[in-house]
Amino acid sequence: MNHNPKIIGASIPRLDGKDKVTGRALYTDDLKFPGMLYGALHRSRLPHARIKKVDTSAAKKIKGVKDVVTGADTPQIKYGNWRLVPGSQDELPLAVDKVRFIGDEIAAVCAVDRETAIKAAEAIEVEYEELPAIYSVEEATAEGAPLLHDESPGNVSLTREISYGDLEGLLAQADYVREDFFKVHAVSHAYLEPCSSIAVPEEGGRVTLYTSTQTPYIVQCLLASTLDIPENHVRVVKTQVGGGFGGKMEMRPWEFAAAFMALRTGRPVKFTLTRSDELAFGRRRHPMSIRSKVGFTKDGKLLAKDFEVMLDGGAYNAMGPTATFLCGTFGNMLYNFQAYRYRGRHVYTNKPPASAMRGFGAPQAAFAQESQMNMAAEELGIDPIDLRLINAMETGDVIPDVATISSCGFKESLEKVRQVSGWDAKRKEKKPGVGLGIGCFSFISGGVFNWFNTKYNFAAAEVTVYPDGTAQLNTMACDIGQGPDTVLRQILAAELGIGIEKIRLVSMDTALTPKADLGTWGSRVTLMNGNAIIDAAKKIKDMLKPVLFDHLDLNQIHEIAFEDDRVLVKANPKKSMSFGECVYHALRGRRGEPLTARGYYTPRDKGLVSPAFSFGAQVAEVAVDQDTGLVTVTNTYTAHDCGVAINKMAVEGQLEGAIQMGLGYTLSEAFVMEQGRTLNTSFLDYKMPAAEDMPPSTYVEVETYEPEGPFGAKEAGEGLAIPTAPAIADAVYQATGFRALELPITPEKVLKGIGRLK
Amino acid sequence: MAKEIIELIVNGDRYEVAVEPWRTLAEVLREDLNLTGTKIGCNQGDCGACTVLMEGRSVSSCLTLAAEAHQREIVTIEGLAQGPEDLHPLQEAFVEHGAVQCGYCTPGMILSAKHLLDHNPTPSEQEIRQGLSGNLCRCTGYSKIVEAIGAAAAKMAPAGEGE
Ligand code: FES
Ligand code: FES
Repeated sequence: MNHNPKIIGASIPRLDGKDKVTGRALYTDDLKFPGMLYGALHRSRLPHARIKKVDTSAAKKIKGVKDVVTGADTPQIKYGNWRLVPGSQDELPLAVDKVRFIGDEIAAVCAVDRETAIKAAEAIEVEYEELPAIYSVEEATAEGAPLLHDESPGNVSLTREISYGDLEGLLAQADYVREDFFKVHAVSHAYLEPCSSIAVPEEGGRVTLYTSTQTPYIVQCLLASTLDIPENHVRVVKTQVGGGFGGKMEMRPWEFAAAFMALRTGRPVKFTLTRSDELAFGRRRHPMSIRSKVGFTKDGKLLAKDFEVMLDGGAYNAMGPTATFLCGTFGNMLYNFQAYRYRGRHVYTNKPPASAMRGFGAPQAAFAQESQMNMAAEELGIDPIDLRLINAMETGDVIPDVATISSCGFKESLEKVRQVSGWDAKRKEKKPGVGLGIGCFSFISGGVFNWFNTKYNFAAAEVTVYPDGTAQLNTMACDIGQGPDTVLRQILAAELGIGIEKIRLVSMDTALTPKADLGTWGSRVTLMNGNAIIDAAKKIKDMLKPVLFDHLDLNQIHEIAFEDDRVLVKANPKKSMSFGECVYHALRGRRGEPLTARGYYTPRDKGLVSPAFSFGAQVAEVAVDQDTGLVTVTNTYTAHDCGVAINKMAVEGQLEGAIQMGLGYTLSEAFVMEQGRTLNTSFLDYKMPAAEDMPPSTYVEVETYEPEGPFGAKEAGEGLAIPTAPAIADAVYQATGFRALELPITPEKVLKGIGRLK
Repeated sequence: MAKEIIELIVNGDRYEVAVEPWRTLAEVLREDLNLTGTKIGCNQGDCGACTVLMEGRSVSSCLTLAAEAHQREIVTIEGLAQGPEDLHPLQEAFVEHGAVQCGYCTPGMILSAKHLLDHNPTPSEQEIRQGLSGNLCRCTGYSKIVEAIGAAAAKMAPAGEGE
């Protein structure tokens, strides 16, 4: 495919980089408005209780307090991201009758300064009737367990089942069958910027919300519905966002409280969370209990798989339903087999809600699947890479009822990673305490399933071009650090044939950008918004082409190209005109009507899950200290098929960041919980890897061309967060003989595993 | 509680501010002086986002009381560039090498790096990583940050000293 290599595939430094290195970039908490009030929340102190009375009188008496609200003051409309299934919307911005986790929001205050607001929030008295609480999926689904939500018997809010092929028959036929149980834990997104939101009241009962979000459109809709005002009375403006990773993709109670109190007081209201709020009460990755049973022929052909998952959702659904669906999908990705059964259950417990987090169910499902592949390989006496090659998906393969794989570089990734890691030689030489292991992944490039029930296209772009040779791109796409503000301009620049510096961007303001974009999640932004932008740019080009035909008296058989800020006749490039001049003439011809075009993208006829899938394989090398049980990852090697990388440096950045997160997930990050209370609420006690903890990493790109992607691109943001845990676990096994079936792999577990600790 | 008047010299400019004794330098920089380039990632001294230089030493401004900074020279991220287009070599290298993603850790990272290079103009990779031990980043995995600091050091080192 022919495209400008100076733009597509180039490592263009991010365009907001300068603002970020000089301190000019503005994040929500950096903003101030005249008359602004500061908000604080009163949260539940109990994991499960009925609220008998909320006494706000003492709080209201404190000097400087401007408003105090409880659930009783609010419209009491439940919300949740799964608008398609209203029964799944189980959360209230401020609790009314019941609280379900320590930290559940009960009341909000605003005051002239932060200290007064905090004091007032603490002065609120809540009378509870304590209820028995449950903290694990096993307890929650046991006979007679207390119910969190009356509507969900057995505390199961959602069950997803997938079934095809003759599972029992094939398992009976298989030469080799194994069944294993895995457990994975919760971790924090730990984005560096704590959540912050400011609501500003506007004329006519409208409100503008500046907020640290990865889904402005979702926030707009849900804020409007919970406030019980029309959708377009709410304007959401995303500022710079200091990371999200799935943790900022829902409407949050403080966004509601800020807007609600801004409307009541007629003054701007700001809420900013603390790190301990984030760690103690914030969203997290789903813990899961996984059972997987697989059957192989003796020469390694995978025949059937029975996969069962219980997701520990915490107190509310949040993005749990999607994770429950996706676990089922990820359970039958990567390998071809004839029969599959999946049963996923989303279970309520009295803990902070789990939700979307980078990989969205896949890191958990893959830890089970990939670990099991490694165990099966050993017992079958087949090299783990060979076993994968026997079963690996290829371009054109069909996942029953789900998708057709339109591009797949999985086998190439396996071969490449085998080569760069020195796999064959290193796996043979067995040194105690040293090991090499593998994990693989596949991920979606955006979702097809419209759980938000948007009435708009999934992505939209508005492009205007000007006689000075510049263009403006208006888009709701959300840069939360991953880079679309740059990548999407690369796509537009390549399509229009103009320099990237010629493109101005207006982004993430629901009042100024075309409806809609569903936000940054599911690795959807580049593919979906890229396609919408190309659609708009093509319409612009169609407005410009007649100018050349007219001016040069061209025969209609000619084709026009757009390159290097010029519009030219393809067969005779000397015949050309500058892009700006061409826009000038077109504008004249349109009697002054600006050249603006809108483009859209909605995946249609693309199965049930995603229009495109990324693939890859990762090898981790570890050294294990047999006395302390400490695992050190000494190297990682990754081969990755993300289609055509639009911006190589940005893709590498995703990979390197994903390894940090994967390392933390596997070895050091975990919540310490006691009776529903999170005990480690600082970065001192919640340990994520620092610069010194990072292993060197080698990276090979396996380039495929994804026909559904803009310029052949597909996802690169989340898939890479998947393979690290199973790769490290396998390496630890090679080094010590201890096979971890539960995460994280702590020194204590290693020592127990090798019999050094009882 | 009674406020006291303190004097801060920030990026060469002199400020007089009335502060309560418990207020931190990070708060006063951000809220009173509107120097919001200094970020607060934890307010507990654990993440390094709030790093500034005080008398040439890198400090966590969220753990430093504003009163302790009385009459001290402070450098924040806003004070590093000579002009809007005239970036410090570290800033330039961070942009060029892709060391910035969400950017929230960036001001602190750059000031920690400045502190490191001021004391050790030709650090090894290991020394760079150690120099960043108090700065957390959730986006980049640190590789490009380490790379950028190395590149800036090479550029800044007097001829013959760089690698
Ligand atoms: S904000 Fe000061 S160290 Fe984190
Ligand atoms: S760039 Fe996001 S935390 Fe470092």
